[in-house]
Amino acid sequence: MILWEALQYEFMRNALLAGILASIACGIVGALVVVRKMSMISGGISHAAFGGIGLGYLLGFDPLYGALAFTTASAVIMGFIRERMGISEDSAIGIIWVTGMSLGVILIGLSPGYAPDLFSYLFGSILAVPSSDLIVMAVLDAVILVIVYFLYEEFLAVSFDEDFAKASGVPTERVYLILLSLVALTVVILIRVVGVILVIAMLTVPAVTALQFSRRLNEIMLLSSILSIIFTVEGLWFSYIFNIPSGATIVLVSVVTFLLASALKKIF
Amino acid sequence: MSEVIRLENVWVKYGDIVVLEDINLSIYEYDFLGIIGPNGGGKTTLLKVILGLIKPTRGKVTVLGDTPEESRRYVGYVPQVTLFDREFPATVLDVVLMGRLGRKGILGRYGKEDLKVAYEALESVEMLELKDRRVGELSGGQLQRVLLARALVTDPKILLLDEPTASVDEPTKTNLYELLKKINNKVTIVLVSHDMGVISSYVEKIACLNRRLFYHGSPEMEGRAVEETYQCPIYLIAHGFPHRVLKKHKRGK
Repeated sequence: MILWEALQYEFMRNALLAGILASIACGIVGALVVVRKMSMISGGISHAAFGGIGLGYLLGFDPLYGALAFTTASAVIMGFIRERMGISEDSAIGIIWVTGMSLGVILIGLSPGYAPDLFSYLFGSILAVPSSDLIVMAVLDAVILVIVYFLYEEFLAVSFDEDFAKASGVPTERVYLILLSLVALTVVILIRVVGVILVIAMLTVPAVTALQFSRRLNEIMLLSSILSIIFTVEGLWFSYIFNIPSGATIVLVSVVTFLLASALKKIF
Repeated sequence: MSEVIRLENVWVKYGDIVVLEDINLSIYEYDFLGIIGPNGGGKTTLLKVILGLIKPTRGKVTVLGDTPEESRRYVGYVPQVTLFDREFPATVLDVVLMGRLGRKGILGRYGKEDLKVAYEALESVEMLELKDRRVGELSGGQLQRVLLARALVTDPKILLLDEPTASVDEPTKTNLYELLKKINNKVTIVLVSHDMGVISSYVEKIACLNRRLFYHGSPEMEGRAVEETYQCPIYLIAHGFPHRVLKKHKRGK
């Protein structure tokens, strides 16, 4: 098998591991994103990450930490905008989205020399994940799992009927803020795999596909993690065989599978 | 009888649009109050003000002698069925248990007591058999009863219902009101609806809301009397004269 042959290389093994770690996060958090209908907010948060990446380039630290700071900050800002109003959530998303991207472009422009592997942050480079990033990804995965384990019922209730949850004493604002922070962490994990521009695909497509086949949120989380692993491996494999960019291939494989699954479900 | 809900000169504005204008309302323990009025008349807003989900622009709201926020845990809320996402991945039991969330603490889990209470509530609304059904697969009337069960597990002193009969057929409506009648022995009920026909035969007091609250009294009247007393531009759906439109309000008392 070509895949086994490919796995003799360390970069391929790292890629596979990164794919699995990313799939755990995007399956679980993606299910919440889809059920809570917050894919556009996730788009805003993921694009804001680019500002942090730019800061990393300019000041010479790992851009992934910059991304983490920016996604978390934009998650908090989104949460506050919704509570304190003034402007609509929709406009806020747009503003955060473009502010992050523009900041990133300017900061990278200000950085001395040219920016190596800039493309990998934009479109992902799962084939070039260093082992140190794998550790960061594993830690973030663990944080996400613990939070979702404890707040599962709250997330479900707030997504189903926020007014009722609030009326029955759930601190809905805090729960929502935590949910946005989970998205922020997941975005950072996913940047390595598909890049800031395509993160939104991994947060939605596997979960929407899973939603077609399951009626429980926890099943959807599990199923979309599994689907996401399958998509990642498939995408990696295609990109290896045809020598095409991996991130975009993973996304297209996911979308095609989703379309096939929807069509099959309609037929049967 | 003690007063459980009191609204004094309550105004709610969204920007420049006045949704509730100078509402004064007293609701007493074990009342069964029906509030009727046209769509957009502020009925849902009024319920949300009582729940503390919407802060009045002006005026004072007292629930069980305290602020709405403080008294929230004694108030059960049954929102409109039509607002729900039919694709949502939750079972009937999941939804009913949501009523227990406020008690278990944010890091806690549901315990045996929570399950017991949820089963009892499902039993009382005759939905226990469907407890593992996905909520999206329920009919409007079934979902309505599930939402009622969810409100009941909070063990409320006051129950607020928003259009509980909107997507329900006639026999189910009657069942629902019989059930509410039973619950009313222990719980104060406030129900808003644009469908007055069924309401008037069950509720004890009726009020009419179209931005302003117009009348507040006993509903024992029919036909022309209804028209004259309520003076509401509502759609009156009752036996004998379906879909009849009443005249515009005469302003003032």
